[in-house]
Amino acid sequence: MPWHRRHLLTLEELSLAEIEQIHATAAAFKRTLKRSVRKVPALRGKTIVNLFLEPSTRTRMAFDMAAKRLSADVISFDAASSSTTKGETLRDTAQNIQALQADLIVIRHAAAGSPLYLSRILDIPVINAGDGAHEHPTQGLLDTFTMKEHLGSLRGRKVVILGDILFSRVARSNIYALTKMGAAVTLVGPSTLVPHGFTDMGVEVSHDLKSALADAEVVMLLRIQHERQAAGLFPSLGEYTSMFGLNKTRASWLNPRAIIMHPGPINRGVEIDSELADGERSVILEQVTNGIAVRMAALYLCSGGQPENVMPTE
Amino acid sequence: MPNLWIRHARVIDPASKRDETGDLFIAEGKIVPSLPVAARKRARQIDARGLVACPGLVDIHVHFREPGQTHKETIATGSRAAAAGGFTTVVCMPNTSPVADNAGTIQYMKDAITRDAVIKVLPTGCITVGQKGQALAPIGSLKRAGVVAITDDGDCVQSNELMRRAVEYAKMFDLPVMDHCQDHSMTQGAVMNEGPMSVRLGLRGWPHAAEDLIVARNIILSEHTGAHIHLQHISSRFSVDMIRRAKGRGVRISAEGTPHHMALTDAALATYDTNFKMNPPIRTEEDRRAIIAGLRDGTLDCIATDHAPHTESEKDREFDFAPNGIIGLETALAVSLEVLVGQNRFKLPAVVDLMTRRPAQLLNLPAGTLAAGAPADVCLFDPEKVWRYDAKAGFSKSSNSPWHGRNFTGRVVTTICDGRVVYDHGKIK
Repeated sequence: MPWHRRHLLTLEELSLAEIEQIHATAAAFKRTLKRSVRKVPALRGKTIVNLFLEPSTRTRMAFDMAAKRLSADVISFDAASSSTTKGETLRDTAQNIQALQADLIVIRHAAAGSPLYLSRILDIPVINAGDGAHEHPTQGLLDTFTMKEHLGSLRGRKVVILGDILFSRVARSNIYALTKMGAAVTLVGPSTLVPHGFTDMGVEVSHDLKSALADAEVVMLLRIQHERQAAGLFPSLGEYTSMFGLNKTRASWLNPRAIIMHPGPINRGVEIDSELADGERSVILEQVTNGIAVRMAALYLCSGGQPENVMPTE
Repeated sequence: MPNLWIRHARVIDPASKRDETGDLFIAEGKIVPSLPVAARKRARQIDARGLVACPGLVDIHVHFREPGQTHKETIATGSRAAAAGGFTTVVCMPNTSPVADNAGTIQYMKDAITRDAVIKVLPTGCITVGQKGQALAPIGSLKRAGVVAITDDGDCVQSNELMRRAVEYAKMFDLPVMDHCQDHSMTQGAVMNEGPMSVRLGLRGWPHAAEDLIVARNIILSEHTGAHIHLQHISSRFSVDMIRRAKGRGVRISAEGTPHHMALTDAALATYDTNFKMNPPIRTEEDRRAIIAGLRDGTLDCIATDHAPHTESEKDREFDFAPNGIIGLETALAVSLEVLVGQNRFKLPAVVDLMTRRPAQLLNLPAGTLAAGAPADVCLFDPEKVWRYDAKAGFSKSSNSPWHGRNFTGRVVTTICDGRVVYDHGKIK
């Protein structure tokens, strides 16, 4: 099936077939990453701009790395030293980038909906690298890609997402991908951070960690942000850890083959104990590596590449 | 100014309980029962066959941005937009720049109104100094300068004690206090209704409880002091229910509903279109139905637009950062006809009542009737006319409307203010 999308804005709008196409393309690119020359010429001559208007380490580096592995030229936009600090609007910034002959923009922005807004203004493809609390589609794709590597089909698998769901774009993208792939998703955390409104998205909401973790095959932790405490959304980090932190005892409630995931950055000792974050069930660093392959797939497909043309050879 | 003879109209004047096909006579700026035969011959005749003639519409909630933000709207452009929408009397909110918290600013506005307005524009003053919610504005001086009400609209007085003193003090001058009901502590950073849609879009939600709490506060204060408090742009089902109960006990509370809250729900935000971003936010279908029910049974006293102009460049940005508000003067009647008459089987005179007699009565304005001797403020509209609204071609300086490009049935044809035709077939006179 050919790839028709120009932009990658949300996983909500992607079909299961499209998600699988990206996964398959990512799998092909992942094989190229194991070669002695870890570079393919797919985007040679193209220029990709990483327009990151919010701090990021791994997502930005993974997009950088992915573009370079595809032989594209990459320009990373530094918000702190840009005209946005002089009050330039997002429209003007983006139109200037386009006028500078960029071929694709990867945008991270604190405001939900910004990538959709840009996609309407620009003639070049836009990839969403995280928009406020809305979506982070490549993270959802790399997370589900990693789950599939460990569990095979996700149909009927129980996946628990634990932590600050309300403000998490990672949670939303994972919910869309996982429900389309047939997984049973349970969201867990304090009621202030996991409101029941999420049940409209076809998932379970629970505040009882033990019953939620029972037999889960994936537990994905989300970072607890300190400012939520200041805003009165939960009493203290200590209280959070004592009620919802993942420790060895609680991890024993999981299915024996379960994997532990985290999109990072991790608050060690808050949402997860170090021994679990670094333990054998943890796939946290695999997620990071898979992030390159998935982003290569996203950049490649949105640039007009077709899945069947990815032919990594030694 | 020639006398006017409006012929063969369906004359709807709820204030004088009139709904009949007939003629209207205007002499020297007033409605008169008839004109002598000789005067009829000299009068300008308007053939109003197929049109409704009703009192000029009254809107007690508009923002004209002058002084200070005249790039968005001026008294000149705002009053022309109002005339094009059939309005002959509008009440301006005081959150200008500087805010209208002193008699000098009111005088400035009155001068601009005298100079530039094509209809009657009436100012309001702030409740608190600088609209900061900390100290009472000089309410008596504001009244003497000519305000018809006080309000911190755009903001809400958070201190219950200060609000109590404001209504007690304003009552001495028989001055209504209008309130934008919003508990700020619950709406920090909020940009839309809180609910499944805000969860889905990842936008910060403004729960209806933040409105309900202040509505409850104001009902209690009105009951406690006996003062009239008017609740602006009610958006929540729960609030409508509380107001209904309070009115049942005889509390001097009044309230308004907007065309956008009766017509739209937060589902419209799915594409992050900032022309649907407003405060209070459009809410759920349940809330929308409650607004309509409130207008039907009198719980909500009138329709008001909350006409809030912003330039295209201000609205053309990330949803979180775009300002709240939409324009509404040129579409209010059409939206009200569509939603209330077309979809909810209101009688036409009931809708006219909500946009004429009742808003005028709330603020004791000399408007909203076609009774003999009243100022000759008349709106002529064609209830069957199908038209497409082009916000960019309107008379407002701004075009931030959720209705741009929409087809409507029912259009204002002519607006007459004090016996003078100020708007006619698409043109300001």
